[in-house]
Amino acid sequence: MSDAMSDATSRPEILNRTRGGQDFGIIEKPLTPFERLYNQVWLRKSFIILVLIVAWEAYARHLDNPLLVPTFSETMTAWWGGMTSGVLPARVWTSLQVLALGFSTGVVLAAILTIAAITTRIGTDFLETMTAMLNPLPAIALLPLALIWFGLGIGSLVFVLVHSVLWAVALNTHAGFRGVSNTLRMVGRNYGLSGLGLVFRILIPAAFPSILAGLKIGWAFAWRTLIAAELVFGVASGKGGLGWYIFESKNQLDIPEVFAGLLTIIMIGLLVENVIFRTLENRTVRRWGMQN
Amino acid sequence: MLDMTQSQPLLDVRGVTLRYKTRGHLVTATYRVDFSVLESDRFVLLGPSGCGKSTLLKAVGGYMAPVEGEIRLKGHRVTRPGPDRMMVFQEFDQLLPWKTVRQNVSFALRTSGKLRGKAADDKAMHYIERVNLTRFADAYPHTLSGGMKQRVAIARGMAMEPDILLMDEPFAALDALTRQRMQDELLALWEDTRFTVLFVTHSIPEAVKIGNRILLLSPHPGQVKAELNSVPRGTDPETTARLEARIHDMLFSDRVEEEEQGEVAHV
Repeated sequence: MSDAMSDATSRPEILNRTRGGQDFGIIEKPLTPFERLYNQVWLRKSFIILVLIVAWEAYARHLDNPLLVPTFSETMTAWWGGMTSGVLPARVWTSLQVLALGFSTGVVLAAILTIAAITTRIGTDFLETMTAMLNPLPAIALLPLALIWFGLGIGSLVFVLVHSVLWAVALNTHAGFRGVSNTLRMVGRNYGLSGLGLVFRILIPAAFPSILAGLKIGWAFAWRTLIAAELVFGVASGKGGLGWYIFESKNQLDIPEVFAGLLTIIMIGLLVENVIFRTLENRTVRRWGMQN
Repeated sequence: MLDMTQSQPLLDVRGVTLRYKTRGHLVTATYRVDFSVLESDRFVLLGPSGCGKSTLLKAVGGYMAPVEGEIRLKGHRVTRPGPDRMMVFQEFDQLLPWKTVRQNVSFALRTSGKLRGKAADDKAMHYIERVNLTRFADAYPHTLSGGMKQRVAIARGMAMEPDILLMDEPFAALDALTRQRMQDELLALWEDTRFTVLFVTHSIPEAVKIGNRILLLSPHPGQVKAELNSVPRGTDPETTARLEARIHDMLFSDRVEEEEQGEVAHV
């Protein structure tokens, strides 16, 4: 019995003849139009948004209380009115200016800190200690202090923005630098690169996926922090941004305007995350195969 | 095969002891290693893992300094990495992923200050053609196979026209068939330009095939066990097999004794 099992010749060889293509029902068949439409992500998402809008409109009409929930159409009318009268664009512009100032300052500081961290050991310790302490601290918690230090105005806003951007970007960039393979560093040094040359020509591009992730997180933090900060002390500032627009409209019980302000915040957020950062990703890390 | 008219060796390694620190230990990688590489040599460092052959290559590359002895290239002492000693690594990630094949080669030429502008591009394309990758010149590394990536790395190394090409087990991560083809291609490239190469491997057949001179290293720490001449290409398989068997015996026969010595040296 066992002899027969172990004997290789006792098992017959199997030789199959594969069939020609015409014997099968389907080799390759185009999908139906519905299947193809359903494969489009944007179409499915647009459909969800459409359903939500209809539900909103129906509920608001049923409730019939514009002070609590204005209808979608009222909100859009208020938004369009704000856009055409120039109030809303001015508010958006003010917010974006402050944001750009705070964001860029934060990124520059993060770059300096991170470069110090990868070139010296004490720099590493400094960065690690500072991020460990300050990263969990919500930027908005510093606002009262900022108001005392920098007064009511752009200075305080920039201060909290820098705080919200700096640690997130520095943490990610530093992690990215440490993750660069030793082989790539050696390749760079082989070309005679060292110091800042190595940082700019090898380390920064090699760590770019992490740097980009850090910028995205930094942007999200900064945008939320800015709107929150404007809401808290927007009333007192002379030239208000979007947060102040919402605050002001609420005080005047223009609830459709409040909704229009929120809608604008959502739209800007979507625009930056899905257009600007997505394009940047497609042109860099995705093209290089460093991220899927 | 050896060029005996050459009086001064191109690369001279004298009494080199290398030590590096791990988390808890100070490890002696090689102990008083001597060898010289002549112009147009295909010099192979061969030994089992732990014989310090890769560390030795890194020291020649200038990435670490010997604690004892010295390394001289064309009479100049090696102190830091430089484009006169191009490295080809085993890892596939040695190419810059954000640059195409052509840019990877020309970037090396530009950054090291060897060539600029169109001259760098032309030289890059010339060497990319030599490794049969013209069709992929504008491809990004992540779209290439392992063998193709190693070919780019070799093209990059050769395009720099270094005094010596340092190859650290460049084919070890490839499948057996690709590996064999790459060895043949490397030898064909060598026939064309007769560049000098220092090649690290742990495979005896690869050493015999690639090298004209083979340095055998014993492990823990690496010491020179022998320096042999390889057989010329096209030698009958029997002679080749005999050499391989001889090397195998030299490396592994007295292993137990070796390890005891290693222990003593550690203390």
